[in-house]
Amino acid sequence: MPKRRDIKKVMVIGSGPIVIGQAAEFDYAGTQACRALREEGCQVVLVNSNPATIMTDTEMADRVYIEPLTVEFCEKIIAQEKPDGLLPTLGGQTGLNLATQLAKAGVLKAHGVELLGTPLEAIRKAEDREAFKQTMQELGEPVPESVIVTTVPEAQAFARQIGFPLIVRPAYTLGGTGGGIARDMTELADICARGLHMSMIHQVLVERCVIGWKEIEYEVMRDGADNCITVCNMENLDPMGIHTGDSIVVAPSQTLSDKEYQMLRTASLNIIRGLGIEGGCNVQLALDPHSAQYYVIEVNPRVSRSSALASKATGYPIARVAAKIAIGLRLDEIPNAVTRKTLACFEPALDYCVLKIPRWPFDKFHYSDRRVGTQMKATGEVMAIDRSFEGALMKALRSLEIGVYGLRLRGMELLSEMEIEEKLRTPTDERIFVIAEAFRRGWQVEEVHQLSKIDRWFLCKIERLVAMETRLRGRTMDELTPELLLEAKKMGFNDHHLSELTGLKEMDIRARRKQFGIEPVYKIVDTCAAEFEAVTPYYYSTYEVEDER
Amino acid sequence: MKAILVLADGTTYEGTSLGATGRAIGEVVFNTSMTGYQEILTDPSYKGQIVALTYPLIGNYGVNDEDVESIGPQVAGFVVKEMCDAPSHYRSQGDGDEFLKKHHIVGIKGVDVRALTRKLRNYGVLMGGISTEDTPDELLQRVREATDYGSIDFVSQVTTPRPYVWRHNRPDYQLTLNMDAALRVVVLDCGVKYNIHRSLTARGCEVICVPCTTSAEDILAFNPHGIVLSPGPGDPALLGSIIAEVKQLLGRKPIFGICLGHQLLGWALGGKTFKLKFGHRGANHPVKDFTTGRVYITSQNHGYAVDPDSLKDPRVVVSHINLNDNTVEGLHHTELPIMSVQYHPEASPGPRDNGYLFDRFIEMMKEAK
Repeated sequence: MPKRRDIKKVMVIGSGPIVIGQAAEFDYAGTQACRALREEGCQVVLVNSNPATIMTDTEMADRVYIEPLTVEFCEKIIAQEKPDGLLPTLGGQTGLNLATQLAKAGVLKAHGVELLGTPLEAIRKAEDREAFKQTMQELGEPVPESVIVTTVPEAQAFARQIGFPLIVRPAYTLGGTGGGIARDMTELADICARGLHMSMIHQVLVERCVIGWKEIEYEVMRDGADNCITVCNMENLDPMGIHTGDSIVVAPSQTLSDKEYQMLRTASLNIIRGLGIEGGCNVQLALDPHSAQYYVIEVNPRVSRSSALASKATGYPIARVAAKIAIGLRLDEIPNAVTRKTLACFEPALDYCVLKIPRWPFDKFHYSDRRVGTQMKATGEVMAIDRSFEGALMKALRSLEIGVYGLRLRGMELLSEMEIEEKLRTPTDERIFVIAEAFRRGWQVEEVHQLSKIDRWFLCKIERLVAMETRLRGRTMDELTPELLLEAKKMGFNDHHLSELTGLKEMDIRARRKQFGIEPVYKIVDTCAAEFEAVTPYYYSTYEVEDER
Repeated sequence: MKAILVLADGTTYEGTSLGATGRAIGEVVFNTSMTGYQEILTDPSYKGQIVALTYPLIGNYGVNDEDVESIGPQVAGFVVKEMCDAPSHYRSQGDGDEFLKKHHIVGIKGVDVRALTRKLRNYGVLMGGISTEDTPDELLQRVREATDYGSIDFVSQVTTPRPYVWRHNRPDYQLTLNMDAALRVVVLDCGVKYNIHRSLTARGCEVICVPCTTSAEDILAFNPHGIVLSPGPGDPALLGSIIAEVKQLLGRKPIFGICLGHQLLGWALGGKTFKLKFGHRGANHPVKDFTTGRVYITSQNHGYAVDPDSLKDPRVVVSHINLNDNTVEGLHHTELPIMSVQYHPEASPGPRDNGYLFDRFIEMMKEAK
């Protein structure tokens, strides 16, 4: 299917103001899409109310409207510009909701504007809880037992049937605003009342809680010819119960066997096909750590925060490809921009580990409740790449700019054992540091696992980093052998951190390290694990043999 | 303990011993799959090869008795960046290092596998060796003296010694046939992966697996509804006697060739194969099926390919191509019930997008019934 010739002018809806629950991912996606559309000769009309965005630069679109993102204003713009198509899947939930409203108000039909990428029906099936559940059942994909309610007593009746814990999710909100986990009738009444109030359609979903299960995401793409691929899968270090946006996330998944990886991949492709999405889609699944049972938790029929992460984690430009698909191109007609020789129709192979850590605003709001749960509180995130999990974790921690150089956070040493236990059980933004503190005090992986439900694989890695701290603590310069230094560098200990642990001067440690020839090399993120030559200069540092610069 | 990996051109990589100690020699290849190391280790198509995995964190979910594709590990040697010594999985029964030790597979960890991959990608696959007991010069000498991968018949080393029926997810050498099965399939074992048996059994077939030396006459004596030519290791050009038997089977019963089986069909149908520079090994190869017009993500493991220009018979048509390099990925015959693919519809490891090819073969058998 060649590019559609009837689509000459496309309207793109931006995401409006950046709010808590976003990481500015929609500006990234929208900008990429505007470029991709113009590359194909389309005129782009952009509407966004947020001036602090790259997409509203006049070089990004042919026409830029800085107007409120409401049906009234958009209708005026549509009447004025007469676009052939509307691309709503790049402006996050705001763009998707607005497109839905425009369609429902008959604006699109009246002006002959086609909704591109994701059909309205797919948006409804993914967003409307009842329709979602029914669609998943039709596709043979399991969803947790649930009920849609519009009143608190209805929710309580369901609770009497199923038991606790239950999770409450309001329909049509961003970042799970207004949701929560209820462990008893009182909590259920509170959370439900709040959720109903927050929901655009005064509706909440109450469902069986799969807290503690593995939380896995797949970023999948589909074109108009039904070709489907997986860009990347991701595993949340924090198991089910914590919003993905508030979870430490690793790509690709680390604790899934091939059987599980493929089972969930197949389910994700089944879903994007079933919904008829043309473009990108994010599927969130819960996997039982003790069996092959899984549930589909959520589907985002649009570019999301996770797709921004997946794009940067793999080098695969999801928004760009999604925009091209929206105007009729097939995956096997779009070149892979990284290799230039291969096509966008393949699945990236990673040869490194990627880690994302959320950045919370608690340092600015001292009195906020620092607990993290189903409602996203993070206002940003950092990502790091390395050849080892340890290296990526340490890099990401340093990138947070909260004054840490590793797993040591000031104040942790003052916690009582009881406080540690409580903080492992009830996660806050500081949990990763609490875990490290527990290991410093000799806690066993098994104890930490029982309290936190975090997979032992991740905990063993953190325990190993703490063991390295211990090995380094108080070392004299002579004791910093080349072997020990290299091992520490491979695990992500920077010179400042080594200085803190040993009491030696940072500059002296660096000099010694360089004397031994221990210096980082740079490797390329190339989508294909070096199978093909890459032309894009996208690098990460690591302590290995070959430098690719 | 230290270990070294030396390539035939003298390149040396240093690392730490993994699995058994000693020396291993073979053709060095890389695989880009991010999961499925146990399936890769036990795939007979890797016989004679030292396999390097590009994904750096291996062994995370341990090993178990179920995720095997043959009786045990088949690789000549194993190269990884990092092997997990504390696996975490409810099905795990041990770690990768113990598994390799138990099966006497020599490996090396701590290698900059990305550097190795770039080397192989640029220069093509090379013979190489892993050793815990030689100096680089000694090992290089051994590697250079070793028989070249391309001139060894590995198929005869991996094929089953005697026929068996696939029963209860394992070989049953009693050969008690279930005559009630809707379809009976003979699998010619050149290095079959168990998941081919599982895929056929799941579709209601009775699977009889026979040694690669079985004659066409003996295969037909089972009165099968169809024949599968299995994957396997090495250069198909060395397998003249098997190709001769395959020729005898053409048109007699529906045939499905997979991987090496596809290459054998290529030869039997008058074509030739050639060696790829660094092969296709991974779980992300896009293949276009001209019958459906769609692209499928496939699991691949092959170092040779059918030369499309060598196929002179106009009835032999290229049905699938690889979108990365446009090489032949499948054949079909316009008159006879013959189909083949160069990749692995049985997955394991890799995407399950291609199970439909088994369905297609089942349909072919039903039509010919």
